[in-house]
Order: sequence, then C-alpha cells, then structure tokens
Amino acid sequence: MIRKFFLIGVTLITSLVFVFKLVSLQLINSSYKLLSDNNAVVEKLIFPERGYIYDRTQKLMVSNQPVYDLMLIPENLKIFDTLELCQMISTEKTEFEVKLKQAKRFSVKLPSIIVSQVSKKDHASIQEKIWKFKGFYLQKKSIRKYQDPIGANLLGYVSEVSKNDLKKNEYYTLGEMIGKQGVEGFYESHLRGIKGKKFFQKDRFNRIIGSYEDGKYDEESKGAKNLTLSIDSELQKYGELLMQNKRGAIVSIEPKTGEVLTLISAPGYDPNLLLGRERSENYRKLALDTLAKPLFDRGLQAQYPPGSPFKTLNALIALQEKVITPNTTYLCNHGHSYARGMFMECHCAYGSQNNLIKGIYKSCNTYFANTYRKIIDEAGESTASGMDIWNKHVKSFGLGNFLGYDLPTGKKGFIPDASYYDYWYKNGSWRSATVVSNAIGQGELLTTPIQMANFTAAIANRGYFYTPHFVKSISGDLLPKNYSKNTTSIDSIHFETVIDGMHKVVEIGTARIAKIPGIAVCGKTGTVENFVKIDGVKTQLTDHSMFIAFAPKDDPKIAIAVFVENGYWGGRWAAPIASLMIEKYLNKEIKRKRLETRMIEGTLLEEYKKPYSGKPFSVNE
Amino acid sequence: MNNNIIARLDWLLILMYIILVTFGITNVYSSTYDDAVISIFDLTQPVGKQIVFLGLSLFIGGLILAINVKFFEKFALLSYIIGILLLLGLFVFGKTISGATSWYSFGQTSIQPSEFAKVATALIIAKSMSLFQTDIKKPIILLKIGGFLLLPAFLIVLQPDPGSALIFGAFFFPLFREGLDYSYLFLFLGLVSLFLMVLSFKIGIAIVIIIAVIAVLFYFIKKSRQKVKVWPFLLALVLSIGFSYSVDFIFNNIFEQRHRDRINIVLGKETDTKGIGYNINQSKIAIGSGGFSGKGFLEGTQTKGDFVPEQHTDYIFSTIGEEWGFVGGVFVIFLFFGLIIRIILSAERQVNTFRRVFSYGVASLIFVHFLINIGMSLGMVPTIGIPLPFISYGGSSLLAFSILIFIHLNLDANRLNDW
Repeated sequence: MIRKFFLIGVTLITSLVFVFKLVSLQLINSSYKLLSDNNAVVEKLIFPERGYIYDRTQKLMVSNQPVYDLMLIPENLKIFDTLELCQMISTEKTEFEVKLKQAKRFSVKLPSIIVSQVSKKDHASIQEKIWKFKGFYLQKKSIRKYQDPIGANLLGYVSEVSKNDLKKNEYYTLGEMIGKQGVEGFYESHLRGIKGKKFFQKDRFNRIIGSYEDGKYDEESKGAKNLTLSIDSELQKYGELLMQNKRGAIVSIEPKTGEVLTLISAPGYDPNLLLGRERSENYRKLALDTLAKPLFDRGLQAQYPPGSPFKTLNALIALQEKVITPNTTYLCNHGHSYARGMFMECHCAYGSQNNLIKGIYKSCNTYFANTYRKIIDEAGESTASGMDIWNKHVKSFGLGNFLGYDLPTGKKGFIPDASYYDYWYKNGSWRSATVVSNAIGQGELLTTPIQMANFTAAIANRGYFYTPHFVKSISGDLLPKNYSKNTTSIDSIHFETVIDGMHKVVEIGTARIAKIPGIAVCGKTGTVENFVKIDGVKTQLTDHSMFIAFAPKDDPKIAIAVFVENGYWGGRWAAPIASLMIEKYLNKEIKRKRLETRMIEGTLLEEYKKPYSGKPFSVNE
Repeated sequence: MNNNIIARLDWLLILMYIILVTFGITNVYSSTYDDAVISIFDLTQPVGKQIVFLGLSLFIGGLILAINVKFFEKFALLSYIIGILLLLGLFVFGKTISGATSWYSFGQTSIQPSEFAKVATALIIAKSMSLFQTDIKKPIILLKIGGFLLLPAFLIVLQPDPGSALIFGAFFFPLFREGLDYSYLFLFLGLVSLFLMVLSFKIGIAIVIIIAVIAVLFYFIKKSRQKVKVWPFLLALVLSIGFSYSVDFIFNNIFEQRHRDRINIVLGKETDTKGIGYNINQSKIAIGSGGFSGKGFLEGTQTKGDFVPEQHTDYIFSTIGEEWGFVGGVFVIFLFFGLIIRIILSAERQVNTFRRVFSYGVASLIFVHFLINIGMSLGMVPTIGIPLPFISYGGSSLLAFSILIFIHLNLDANRLNDW
C-alpha cells in the first residue's frame, strides 16, 4: 500500500505546500507588494547648477554651458549604419567599434558614454538624425564656461571625482563632478550646492510616467552659491599679457583689506584646455611639461630668495632695535671686506658715503651688511639671541610660514633662526659675518611671491596687514574665515624713513623706469642670484629680476610683487611690469605705450633654453 | 497498430497537456515581450521558436501514437545507447552557453541532449525492470540499474549541469514502487536530514544531536526487546558522524561559494537581497506582488522591468504568479497535480511491467521538475536551473516531455493489447 501511494502522497503534499506558500505570499503578506513598487520606482539625482564666479567689479568670470554626451544603452541597439554614425561624430570606425565593445562589456542595460562632449558642429546633425540609431541618445551635461581664458591656476578646474575623492568624502558618487585646485577646489562645497533626489514612477516598460507619490519623498537640491572674488579680472588679464613668454609671478594686494587683486603665474594655461573632450590628454601634456611647469602656481608655490627688497625689512628691524638711526652712514668702497679675505661687492662708486635713504635707493650692499651685522651682534645679549630677535621681526610680516589664505596650495618659505645655524655650525661657531648674505636677501632666505606682496602691503600700511584672500563674498553666505588684522612688531614711525627711501628708488634710484607721471610710487628692486643643479652640478643661471612696489605713497591702493625668472636685474623686467600694473589699476589706461609694447613683446624663451641646449652658455648678459 | 486508438486515448490527459503548453507559450510571450510588439511567428524570438517546437512536438507525438506499442520496449536499449553517445558527443561538438557545455547548436536553435537522455533512461529502466525474473532486491540487479542511472547523470555533471543530473534521482520512485527495499527509503530520508542538519548547525552541534538521537533510539528499543545487539547502533553512529564530516568538508572545501550561497539562502542563514539571493528574492517579489488575481496578461511590472533573471526559462512561474496571481498559480499547480496523478493511476492499471514502470517514470520525472522548479521560484528550494515542463521556454525540454507524454498515451491506450 505504502509503495503504491507513496508518490501520490508526496505529490499531494508538495502541491498543498505550494498552495499554502502562494496563500502566504500573495494573499496574506503584503510586504512583497511594496517591494514590487520599489522596483518600479526610479531615483534620479538632481544637481544644482554650479555657482558662478564674479570678479571684484561684479564682472562675470566663470559661468556654465551645456554640452552633450552621446550615450548608448547596448540592450536597445538595433542594426544601424555604422559608417553614417561615425561620419556624424567624426570618429574612426575602428575606434568607434572599440567603444561599442567596451560599452557592451560594461553593461547591456546601463548607459555608457560613447562620445563625451560632442562638438557643437556635430551636435546639430546628430540631434536631427538620432532617431535612426536606436539605443543611442544625447545626454545634456553642464561644464564651465570662461568669459576670458585667464587665471587658470587661480580658479582651478572641475573634473570627475577620483577613487580617492570617493574614499575621502561620502557625499560624492561615481561619475559626479568635483572642483579641484584653486577657488573651485577651496570653495567646492559652496559652488556645488547640495544635490537633491527625485523619485519617478516607471511603467511596465521601464518608462518614466511621472513623479512618485506626488514627490512626497523628493529631496530638494540646495542652491549653489555664487562667489565674488577679490580679483580684478581686467588687471589679471593685463598682467597675464605682460608675462607672456616669460616665467614668474605677479601678486598684487589691496593693502587696506588684504584682498588679492591679481594672482598671476607665468606660464599659465588656457582654462578651456581642461574642459573639452581632450581634457585628460591636455592635462597630461600640462603635467608633463616639467620645464615651464604651467600647473605650478608660482605666485603661491615658487620659493625664491627675496633679494634686495628684503633690505627694507632689515632697515626697519635695525630702526626698531635702535642699532641705527636714519642718519647712520657707512662708507662703501665698491663693496667692503666683512671678514678676512671675504669681500662683498657693491655697485656703489668708490668712496660713497651712504645714509639709510641713500642706502635704500642705491641698494647699497655694504650699508645693509653693516646694518644686519649690527642687528645680530647688538640687538640681543648674544649672537644667537640677536638672530632670534631678527627672526621674530621677520616672521611678524608673514614670512616663513603659511599666510592662511583661502586657496589650497602654498609654501612656507624659509626664515633661518639661531638653532638652524647651530645645527650647521657646531658649538655656535657662527658669527654675524657668517650669515651676512641674509642682509641682502640672499643666503638661506626663501619667500613666495604672495608673501612678498603681503610684506609690501604691510610696509604700505605702515605696520600691519590683513591676511590675503581671494574671495570677497559668497552670495547669501558668510565667508568661511574671518580675515583679521595682523600687526607687525615694528612701530609705525619707523616706516616713514624706509618709505621715503622706497619712493626715491623710483624717483632717482635703481627703478626710475617705474616712475608713473602723477602717481607717487614706492618700490624696491631686486636682482636675485640664481643657482640650480643641472645633472648634479651647481650652475649659475641668469639672475631673477624682481620688484616690490606700492602706490600711491600716502594712500596705498595697491601693493605688488613681481618676479621674472632669469630676467637679470630688477629694473630690466620686474620694475617696468610692476609699474605698468600700477598704472593700469590706478589710471585704467596706459600712457607709456612704448614701454608697454616692449614688455608685452619681450621674450625670455631663449634664456630658458640655454641650460638645456647642451652648449656652454654665459649668464647675466 | 490498433485502428481504434483514437477512441481509447486518454483525452483528459491530452486536454491538460494542451492547456499547459498553451499557457506556457502565453507566458513565454509575456516574459519576453518588449516595447515593440513581437510577431509570434518571428523565429528569432523565443516565442516563435517555442511555437515551432510545439508544432514539432505534436507532429512527433502523432507519429508515436501511430507506432506499434511493442516497438518501445525493443527500442529501449538502442535509445539509451544513442542518448549516451549524444552526451559523449558534447565533449567534442558541444556549444558552451553560460559556462555549461550542454548544447548542440544548429544555426538559430540549440538542442540539449540531457533532456532526451531522460526519455532514454526512462525506457531502459522500464526495460530492465521488465526482464524475466528481475528482482530489484538482488544486489546485482540493483547495481545494473544503478549503473544505468549513474552513467548519464555522471556525464551531465561533467558538462557541468549538476541540476539536470539531479533529476535522475526521480527514478527512485518507480524503483521503490517496484519493491526497492525500505531501507533505501530510510537511507535516502536519513541522508537528506543529516545533510540539512550539518549545514544548518555547526558540525559539533550536529554530532551531539546524532549521538543523542541514536542513544534515545537504542534506549527505547532495548526497553521493548530483550536482546539487542549493540554493534549496529555503533556502526550507524560511526557512519553518521563520518557522513556529517564529509558533508561539512564537501560543503566548505569542494563546493564553490555560489553553491554554498544558494543553499544558505534557502536555509535562511543569509539574507542578501541584492547579491546572490537576488534571483530568489526578485522571484518572490514578483509572485507576491501578483495578489489574488494578478496584474493581468502583459501587465507585470516586475516581469517587464526584467528584475527576475531567466524569467522565460527557469523562473517562468514568477511571471505566472505576477500576471495571473494566486488564481493562475493555483491553476498551474492543480494541472500538474492532476497530470501526475492521472499518469500514476494509469500506470497502476498496467499489467505489463515495462509499461507500468515507464509510465511511473514519466510521472516521477514530471513531479521532480515540478517540485524543484516551483519550489525554487517560491524560494523553498535552492537555485537549481531546471525548466518547468511544458511551460518554460526551451525546445528540447518541450519536445522531450511531449515524447514522454505521447509514449505514455500510446502505452495507456494499448493497455489491454499485445502484451
């Protein structure tokens, strides 16, 4: 009996179990019904339009523009005329087929990009004929639009998030865009806003038929913020023009506020290069240019010895420490001997008697070597404490440390102190004569152009500066930082003498070329000795031309630092460029057309090729 | 050939067969239906192919009904040899689809010989059982029949298609019906429960349970009888523990992760709705969302959204559940129940051993497919990729099951003739 009915019984039990399971799944348990709804609901992310960037005059610098990606969902592909499509998108057939294969391998159901950022020309014809190509469609995307191709390093760029970004920040998902470097990077969270979510109901063909539950679960995207920069875009553009075919940096600051007017790094690059289809190729090219280094923001990152402009600071410290008075004079015999067998050259005539003001406008090495040694020897109880007192004064001008501005890159520079020399010269065996190069801004000192511009602003303000910054305001938002007033350790009365000296630099001194009719310019030239290692050999290259200035003398509106790499003496390139910048900013137009033309057309490209030509070359010619 | 076969055919069974295949094609159409309306005569589409195979099945079915009933018994050995040769041929000429070399490809269509091996094996088992003085209790006979079963199963495992190989276990039912010793039933049930126990608990706990069960058994048996030998219990104990360890070893070291996952999900040890449990979960969602009367033909959102994979083949029952609801699901279960029971009852009436065993084999094969396929769609059985007879898309399966049904119809119609 059991044998006969065994299979019948098992079949009966199985059927009953199945029916009970169906009762429980379909009639009692409603959670599967809800889950089914979830499947048929699609979530879409809504990205607010990225914030615009304006300059200090509310002139638009960066906005957005639509571009179109040609997308493909391989599943929907029908037979099509490959050749016609390839012609439409200006792509080789073999290349196209590789893309097609990649898309299929990635996913049959999910969209892949076949051509990213179709050109405007192709877009029109594709739009017209896309219906012929089932499975393909155009997807709108927003990219940056630059009104002028300027300030690439200052602005930074926007790119797709990397795996690293995804790890660091949970906000982003694969394929989203993120600001990198510059303003775009530092103010990313303001510029991007907060993405929202929308839920859509799908029908049985997976088509969207409307919003889900009247948008009950939608999350609004929160608006992106527009930025107003402190940058003067006209001045920025003009400075970039002046720096063409040269390497170096111009940083100018409004002394009263610490607002950066220009941040120019030469050579820069056209920000549009990092937008289009060739973005990664272009980036690679820029990154591989290890000689000109266009991605290197010289204004913030390049560390040069400050050169002669640093003499003004030594003068201020000496006055503050009362080791000299404005009337102290030193004899310069075309230089002087500061230790046995050690002679520091100077271009002063034999037998020159220089007081402080003359020392500044003649840029007398002898004067400042003596002044500096007096600070080190007499300001403190010992050489070491004298050195540390000097160091403290220098650092109060924002040198030797990060300034705390609102961009993500920068360098500290370097200001030596006693312990540094104790490390190199055992048992404190160093003397003021050992470190005398610091007197004229050479030696161990390193500063960045923005530090020098800020230092100039501190002189212009007669003893204080505001932390330099690049963003004036964020629409409807407070600035993330409060830029406070920093007071230097020098009393304001000491500045007048030095400023008189700097005024004379332009009037009768080393930078007469920088004189602007009707404007009292104060400046200081620098000719920075320049040694590099080429294949392990220390080689001298042509000096860097440098200049710091502010104007007008009594009501400073602009403080500026200009470095021109291998430009030789300060009056040759840096001083005229700085003065043209000041003229442009204060007068809005340039009267000295010949000087302007000479600066714009002047090129140092031959100079930069010298060390790599493989032939012997001469410097400073 | 008897002229009156038409009159003696089991028309109720034919009706159930016709309803199942028609319903099957309807659901294949629905689960492959897309935005664009597919012509049912488009031979590149599943539904078009399925219709062609249905035509072929009916044609061959007609031929089978026309053949003299004695032919099948004589043909059994030859068909088995052909079946095995076809399986062997796969290693040379086979086409690999999703990892298994189970197919011969002819242009647009593919043939799966493992389906036809089921027919051939049903014939050879029936033939072996019907030979003069065959006693299933004799070890030599058992060995022979076991060999007939294991050979195709082994070849199919090598493809690898362990799901289809498992189906040959269906022949346990006709053999048991014909007098296979009870011990095999207990052995079968015991092994299954041990297997599940080892996988559900840690091996240590499983062994404690084994020892406890055997000790309790020993105690009660000793109480009821005077003389009880100890060694059979010790042997059972040792064998059980040995089996448990080997199951544990095989599960953790021989099985691939995907196999383990499939079993773990059914045992409820893991709930991973987006990963490996995706198929099962999506299938349950589709069925559950159907409700009492379903969403209607071509209206299934789950089906159309392609959330359930393999929906026109292995998971066709989820389309039925979603679009036809509880009513449709119960209808299909009822039809299968009726079909299986009717074949069994017919088999029981056969006096000729060959015919009885064969028909019983047909019922068993259909039952095991029914059990595993619908059980899988309902999330009660691990994912084993086998079709639902007559309904799932797949020409070979449809043709093979049609041949089984039509041979059974012939045998049934000629019950009183020629034996």
